[in-house]
Amino acid sequence: MNNIIEFASKLIKGFTSDSTNEVYKFHGGVHPDGHKHESTTRPIAQLPIPEKLTLPLRQHVGYIPKIKVKVGDYVLKGEMIAEAEGTVSAAIHAPTSGTITAIEDAVIPHPSGLPDMCVTLAPDGKDEWKPLKPIDWKNTAINELITSLRSSGIVGLGGATFPTHIKLRKDGRSEIHTLIINAAECEPYITCDDMLMREHAHDIIQGIEIVQHLLGATKVMIGIEDNKPEATSAMTLASQTLTNATVTTVPTLYPSGDARRLIHLLLGIEVPHHKRSTEVGIQVFNVATVLAIYRYFTFGEPSVSRVVTVTGNVETPQNFEVLLGTPIPLLVAAAGGAKTDTTHFVMGGPMMGFDLPSTDVPVTKAANCIIAASPSLFAAPPPAMPCIRCTRCADACPVNLQPQELYWFAKSDNLEKARDYHLFDCIECGCCTYVCPSNIPLVQYYRYAKSEIIAADKAQEAADLARERNEFRLARIEREKLERAQKHAERAASAKNDEPKPEPVKADKERPASSAEADEAKKAAIAAAVARAKALKLAAAQTDATKTGSEEAPTIIENKSEPTATVSDEQAKKDKQALIAAAIERAKAQKLAAAQAGVAPKNTEDLSPKVKAEISEIETIRAKAKQMVEAKDPD
Amino acid sequence: MNRSPYITDAPTVSIIMLKVLLALVPGIIAYYWVYGGGILVTLSLATVTALITEAAILKIRQRPVAPSLSDLSAIVTAWLLALALPPLAPWWLVVVGTFFAIAIAKQLYGGLGYNPFNPAMVGYAVLLISFPVIMTKWPTPLALAEAPLGMMDQLKLIFSNVLPVGVQLDAVTSATPLDYLKTQLMLKQEVADISSAPIFGHFGAKGGEFVTAGYLLGGLYLIQQRIISWHLPTAFIAAMALISLIFNIVDPTHFANPGFHLMSGAVMLCAFFIITDPVSGPTTPKGKLYFAAGAAVLTYLIRVYGGYPDGVAFAVLIMNMCVSLIDAYTQPRVFGHKQ
Repeated sequence: MNNIIEFASKLIKGFTSDSTNEVYKFHGGVHPDGHKHESTTRPIAQLPIPEKLTLPLRQHVGYIPKIKVKVGDYVLKGEMIAEAEGTVSAAIHAPTSGTITAIEDAVIPHPSGLPDMCVTLAPDGKDEWKPLKPIDWKNTAINELITSLRSSGIVGLGGATFPTHIKLRKDGRSEIHTLIINAAECEPYITCDDMLMREHAHDIIQGIEIVQHLLGATKVMIGIEDNKPEATSAMTLASQTLTNATVTTVPTLYPSGDARRLIHLLLGIEVPHHKRSTEVGIQVFNVATVLAIYRYFTFGEPSVSRVVTVTGNVETPQNFEVLLGTPIPLLVAAAGGAKTDTTHFVMGGPMMGFDLPSTDVPVTKAANCIIAASPSLFAAPPPAMPCIRCTRCADACPVNLQPQELYWFAKSDNLEKARDYHLFDCIECGCCTYVCPSNIPLVQYYRYAKSEIIAADKAQEAADLARERNEFRLARIEREKLERAQKHAERAASAKNDEPKPEPVKADKERPASSAEADEAKKAAIAAAVARAKALKLAAAQTDATKTGSEEAPTIIENKSEPTATVSDEQAKKDKQALIAAAIERAKAQKLAAAQAGVAPKNTEDLSPKVKAEISEIETIRAKAKQMVEAKDPD
Repeated sequence: MNRSPYITDAPTVSIIMLKVLLALVPGIIAYYWVYGGGILVTLSLATVTALITEAAILKIRQRPVAPSLSDLSAIVTAWLLALALPPLAPWWLVVVGTFFAIAIAKQLYGGLGYNPFNPAMVGYAVLLISFPVIMTKWPTPLALAEAPLGMMDQLKLIFSNVLPVGVQLDAVTSATPLDYLKTQLMLKQEVADISSAPIFGHFGAKGGEFVTAGYLLGGLYLIQQRIISWHLPTAFIAAMALISLIFNIVDPTHFANPGFHLMSGAVMLCAFFIITDPVSGPTTPKGKLYFAAGAAVLTYLIRVYGGYPDGVAFAVLIMNMCVSLIDAYTQPRVFGHKQ
């Protein structure tokens, strides 16, 4: 059936292929206007050292690094000011020499617009490097090289900002056979990778050699969209020094630069949705990242700068090599300044970027592009109309989702259904919104639904934890009571042994329990207590015992019925015996109940009114405990 | 704030609907040529009724009127219904049908995007059940009529049910080939003899087949413009051809050939304009194939065994009921998932 559909699709669409190479096409995708040439007519320019650099500590995916400097410290260029802490984390280095002037919260370039911890550096203008130590990577153990990368501060510069040393680390499970260099740069407007390849193809190729060596990959594939002929020829020329490396042009079709899409384009392999690409032997690196790795090993330079495209509504769009922490207004000014009708700035591309919360934010490792936005460039979308189920979104979805269904589920808060329809496979590329005739902000609905589901999952986890804790607490209380009951039983039994026997014959008649029998009863009581404790443990251990656990919390009898003056000795003994017998029976019943996950029967017949009263008292306490548990449980 | 993407490239709903209207024009021209100017009156009546009804109900529902009226979807419904009705139907029939389609089948369910049934077909089915005699009284194509009616005569007939002096209603109306075939087959006639009657053309109805060809032309334009997907019309036509071919091969004396079935009645209108209504149709590629094929088979069965000469309306409405089921069971494979 699928073959028929595909064949007919081809027939209808015509066999017009705009690709120059044999590639494996993915479903959907869109063709937005590239707007690349605006910023590719000028070479990459160096920006002068600004008067102030603001370095957010969180510039990567993972843990926040540990600050190693204090206010007033003088640092040299490349000196580490925060070191990677935890597994997934990256270091931060001084982008130039100068003095630390502040360590405080400041607004960072993040969609939330919330402030985060930043280190402020006042450059002294000398731009003096710390003593650099190049690494002879060919003659150093791979483990050592990867460990040293941990202090390089290098993260994925394509925008994902995942710490690079983690991507190179051997997980011991899968061997990497293919290294893919992501040079597709499919987002409109962004040209920093394009310009890097045009100007630094040789360095990039040497970087690729290092990464290939680190990964042990036998094959290298460099994927470039066919709208970058200059970069393609530069890379093809430079890559001749590499064996087993091929430069492949892929059709210009957004989002070909998405790692999974690119892998499919180049190799025809669909990375299973629940796996990482490394699990099928493929690792993907961005060109800028590879270049940073080259510089780190060859010159010892850590990650202190990056290339940023400044384009859109500016006078002279251009790429700049910028020190991290440079204020964005300086960058915009270097591109001739923003035109007067500029309303705000966008970081990233027009398909997946976000509004900068303020212009007064610094360049970070994630900042690949700054677009000055104006109403004529990015028109405000007209009001959303109802979805007419035209399925243009489904046709455009590169993951082959059904966006119109996901929208319906997200809108009606039918979040479980959205998850069932693979909401979490959505890469938020924006193709669906791009083609929607009803102007529905689909991606926002998906972001909302995802965050709601994640929040609900977290709340559920917390509730489960609280409930578990409470159950353990209740179980502990039970156990302590049981231990007390056991002690009482023992004491009662020993007290009975010490009693003088008035008349053996009579005793035989009146007291069914001889001393031997009393011993047995004692043992039985102990066994019962042990059994009960075991049953409790079992109930608490059951993961789904959330409800059953509290319902079938074993019946507790606290033996407070010490013989009093008003009760005759005989009566007290009978009571004790009855208690012990009841305890044994109950233990058996509980054991059975725990095994069957049924409800424990209550042995309340044949008990004295006093004991019954005690039982009911305990029952009330338990009911209260249960209420407390339920109150904590949002379900 | 993260509100990307900032750029879009999509025709608006109004543009999509406008192209659908445009695609109907070849069929309408053929219609005018075959049956006379009455169709223009019917179309106008339906359009005005649809717009007034939609505006009034939006007002009652306290929804903005202008955006919904300007999406042109009400006019598409009106035109489709008007084209499905007999061209010389009295004015009130058009008004009642259109009102029902817009008010009940569309707006009461929540307006555009929320109606589970094709509004035009709901309107048509209501009229067919309520006024079966008028609904099956089709005018004789002008070329065949004993007394062809001019524009003014048609207007008079539509608005005041008055015929020119000396002209009987039977002189201007006749059974449609589908209807004729059905009644004659009951009289133990054979297909070959029946289809030699003058109302039969090369394939379907004399004259009517040009209208059908006009719809085909418009439909191909819609596919070329990517307004409709090819899945629906292809599957509908293929299934209709296949089932009629099978019956025809088994017993040619009782079952007409595929050419006749494809080119008569509302088959082409249905294939390109009715089952392609996105709101009440399925969304998955496979689902579209099943939906269209199901509609074709039902249409054929109603034609051959049912109580009505054509079965498009009921076939589509029955398939509309199955849409969520079809969608649920034909979800395409998501990237990175196993089938």
